[in-house]
Amino acid sequence: MDVKSVRGFVGNKLSFSEVSASDGVKMAAEMAPEDVVSIITASGLKGRGGAGFPTGKKWEYAFGQEGHPKYIIGNADEGEPGTFKDRLILTDFPELVFAGMAIAGCAVGAEFGILYLRAEYGWLREHLEAAIAHCREKGLLGKAIGGGKDFSFDISIRMGSGAYICGEETALLESLEGRRGDARNRIPFPVQAGYLGKPTVVNNVETLAWVPCILVKGPSWFAGMGTRKAPGAWLFSVSGDCKRPGIYEYPFGTSLRQILADVGADNPKAVQVGGASGNCVPPSGFDRTMTPGDLATGGSIIVFGPGQDMFAVAENFQHFFADESCGQCIPCRVGNQRLLEAIARMRANGLDKDSERTVRQLAQTMSVASKCGLGQMSPRAFLSILNNFAGELPGHA
Amino acid sequence: MDAQQQWRTEVEQLVRTHGRSRTALMPILQDINRAHSYIPEGAMLAVSAALTVPRTEVYGVASFYSYFSVKPRGTYVIRVCRTISCAKQPEYHPAIAALFNELGIGFGETTADGIFTLEQTNCAGMCDQGPSMVVNEDVHVGLTEASVRSILNNYRRAAEAAKRPQ
Repeated sequence: MDVKSVRGFVGNKLSFSEVSASDGVKMAAEMAPEDVVSIITASGLKGRGGAGFPTGKKWEYAFGQEGHPKYIIGNADEGEPGTFKDRLILTDFPELVFAGMAIAGCAVGAEFGILYLRAEYGWLREHLEAAIAHCREKGLLGKAIGGGKDFSFDISIRMGSGAYICGEETALLESLEGRRGDARNRIPFPVQAGYLGKPTVVNNVETLAWVPCILVKGPSWFAGMGTRKAPGAWLFSVSGDCKRPGIYEYPFGTSLRQILADVGADNPKAVQVGGASGNCVPPSGFDRTMTPGDLATGGSIIVFGPGQDMFAVAENFQHFFADESCGQCIPCRVGNQRLLEAIARMRANGLDKDSERTVRQLAQTMSVASKCGLGQMSPRAFLSILNNFAGELPGHA
Repeated sequence: MDAQQQWRTEVEQLVRTHGRSRTALMPILQDINRAHSYIPEGAMLAVSAALTVPRTEVYGVASFYSYFSVKPRGTYVIRVCRTISCAKQPEYHPAIAALFNELGIGFGETTADGIFTLEQTNCAGMCDQGPSMVVNEDVHVGLTEASVRSILNNYRRAAEAAKRPQ
């Protein structure tokens, strides 16, 4: 399959197009591991898979671990509804991702990398294998890479088999080890005991692609793009009711209103920010900004136009969670089913005070008592729709 | 060779590629699933013996992931994305109606000729270009009633060509 035929639209200039992967690897090869870690720490780069953990800190922990061998995992299990930025990065800039993995390997002392690619992106595999082969030819992967004598690093691709939960890093590790994608308990964290019990760094595709850019252009270039509290820029996946859906790069601190204007969203009724695990924002919130602490985002924006039935959206997302819950803990397995049934009931019959209280209690139980992020986040979209659009339910004036 | 011996031989070949460790379980099941469109019981038993992984755990893995199936499926598994960005497109319902009409089956079913299985999938990551569907390892975007018909015809022709003796 020609991967470029489904590349999609890119709305503005991406920083990734300005950096060569080999420059980043060569720089890392000449540096002490501690220096690579401190550059990434200084840039303020945070994980782009959604959880937002500081990348430098993760690497520092992994660097300090005694266990050997260590592993770098590229998390390409992009499954959050409405998110497709990693697809674009893997299509256009795979070498930056592999360079990011090699640099991470240099920083923490790992020689092996695995890219965990979701089954739904199986059509990208051949393209990525070719990019890995190209990196080996150029001396960016393999033995003594980037000119550094002691710096060896190589990558293999492993496929997922269709499970959203495997984007959660400990479930991903379970899957790599040949098990069901059941999230693990932490402690230990993957940096302490991850793949096969060894120190493991799991980074998102976009996080890894920023790494060589930060090395080449400097941490202050990266930090200078965002706000003081939230340095850097982010790739946004925009879909739904707008004229120009696609990928856009914005610095942190950009307002939702600005993005909506750029993508040609006329008179939107609501915007889902952060995918199914995110929040549904009504027009009164359009001046909020894309910043952790304000609108935390997995980089996904779904625009809903004036005609959208918002509880149909809630039901669609809820169906997703009921389907994708791994089933090991009760608040998530049963809670998501019950919430789905409740949404169907309220769409048919409306919602009285008693059942609203029950549903809110259920949602709270799920977010407090679920074992991993899936169950903890799953009621958010529904609650934000209930809080802002309850007037759309039958029986409401 | 009896049927189980055939599975043992096939699995041994896969072990040569992927290794004889628990970490090879997913790649081996993925190859079996791709070659046969599903993971038959005999294959699971052979994998269990070859990797010394309890058969309940092999079944547990084979039944956990949505791309795996422990029941027979068609040569081409069609997975239509049902997440909101795709499902809210005006062409979404017409495209699905065309799939139902052309194939004469509903979701979760396989055509009598064994060529197609129709399923739904959660977000295929083509939200900017929906409606979309994934067929085995190809992705199709911007679906319409007409494009669905022509895509199915291409797969039908490929299935016929594969059946013809070389």
